[in-house]
Amino acid sequence: MVTLVLPRLLDVSGTSRRSASVIERNVAALKSVYWLLLLSGFVEPVLYLFSIGVGVGQLIDGFTLPDGRVVQYAAFVGPAMLASSAMTGALAETTFNFFGKMKYLKLYDGIIATPVRPFEIALGELGWAMVRGSAYSAAFLAVMVAMDLTTIGRAVLAFPAAVLVGFTFGAIGMALATFMRSWQDFDLMGSAQFALFLFSGTFVPAEDYPALLRWAVEVTPLYRSVHLVRDICVGGSGGLWLLDVLYLLALTGLGLAVASRRMVGLLYK
Amino acid sequence: MSVAQPARERPRPALPRVPARAVLAHYLTGYRRTWRAGVFSSFLLPTLTVVGFGLGVGAYVDQGVDGVRYLDWIVPGLLASTALQVAIGESTWPVFSNFQWIKTYSAQSAAPLRIVDILAGHLAFVLFRALTASVAFLLVTALFGALHSGWAVAALPVVALLCLAVAAPTFAYAAAVDSDSWLAMLFRFAVIPMTLFAGVFFPVESLPGVLRWLAYGTPLWHAVDLCRAATLGVAPQWSVPGHLLYLAAWAVGGWLLAARLFRRRLVV
Repeated sequence: MVTLVLPRLLDVSGTSRRSASVIERNVAALKSVYWLLLLSGFVEPVLYLFSIGVGVGQLIDGFTLPDGRVVQYAAFVGPAMLASSAMTGALAETTFNFFGKMKYLKLYDGIIATPVRPFEIALGELGWAMVRGSAYSAAFLAVMVAMDLTTIGRAVLAFPAAVLVGFTFGAIGMALATFMRSWQDFDLMGSAQFALFLFSGTFVPAEDYPALLRWAVEVTPLYRSVHLVRDICVGGSGGLWLLDVLYLLALTGLGLAVASRRMVGLLYK
Repeated sequence: MSVAQPARERPRPALPRVPARAVLAHYLTGYRRTWRAGVFSSFLLPTLTVVGFGLGVGAYVDQGVDGVRYLDWIVPGLLASTALQVAIGESTWPVFSNFQWIKTYSAQSAAPLRIVDILAGHLAFVLFRALTASVAFLLVTALFGALHSGWAVAALPVVALLCLAVAAPTFAYAAAVDSDSWLAMLFRFAVIPMTLFAGVFFPVESLPGVLRWLAYGTPLWHAVDLCRAATLGVAPQWSVPGHLLYLAAWAVGGWLLAARLFRRRLVV
């Protein structure tokens, strides 16, 4: 038994060590401007929160949730901004940058000449995206608490949810990146992403949509993410959040499996 | 001793009377192959914004803004901000890449073109992109019944001027920076804040003191105010010549700066 299990355990620690070295490489390769860009990344969702949540919110007196409670519009929009910025950040790192590194920089061709395997590259890149994304999410939640849009207790709970959202979209993004043919495909992805951003119950509850659109929207990953984070930040939908978590976990697993499978095909030629 | 003369070169086609037209033709030829992807980002997305935001959020804005539906109120703002996005998008990475990556400008400056021809030809293409996106957007919003007045047509020259007012300085900026990360910074710290706070989604008057003046300083606000006056058929908040002169000042200043920087990089 020991002889059977021990090597596997050792192997896991090897995997994480090798994935960490991919992250180390990314940190070492950062240029000074890119640091600035990285540090300022959390600004964007905060700007959206102020513009749409507060600015447009002034035009709306008392936003009535589907369950009848009345909240500030900013409290309704805030969690959605958190979830969608977790999506955008994770997708940017795992599709655009990942594709560039794989196809044009030929970075991974170099890496697979070392003991690091494709799955570990995927894991490392995902880990790196998550380090960034989680820091942004934490900063955003701090802003929400400061603006009195949620409580500290709820914010602490919302943090792991935002990290999970990031992981899910990071894994999906990496799987997608292995299918991309050229930069033009990213235009299509960007459009799909923007459509998700507009219609995933972000600015108005999905209950407002016509029935058909509503059902289509409710199965998208961003809708489930918004639903999960909003449920934690403002409360409301009973035990349905468990379903969201399971759904996101399943998608993460699927994304990672597809990505590493396809990378084996693309890199081991 | 007679050495065989190399065959005489065929005479080259003469430059058009306005040499910038040759440069514009170059970009249009390339665009014929890639316009489909651009249709998505520069036309479909603003339309989706009208539906998702104007209709969706508009349903919660009970009393409207300034006495009109929220949808009708944001349409002119979205028109101007679409032109802004297209104009700046087309003058950041493409310009940077023409210097740094594919070096189109170097090739063009080796041809009998002056610096101003290279600049004017590329700017004309950016203007073409912004205007076609704006015309399409205006037609779609007309179907939503969001245009209240025949003056709406006057919004087109306004967005053209806005396009030049933001594209020309952006050309200068893209010629000056040494890494494309600076282009992403421009979007994060100028384009996105401008789009969000310069009166597109909510009235600038509800911003606190300093921020309001910052918003008034952006070229976008001036164009939004003019477009809104045009599509709603009302008087703008500020004088029309004032708006136009302010935008023109940005365009001229940007042009002079861009020409200087282009010359510095291309003339050796």
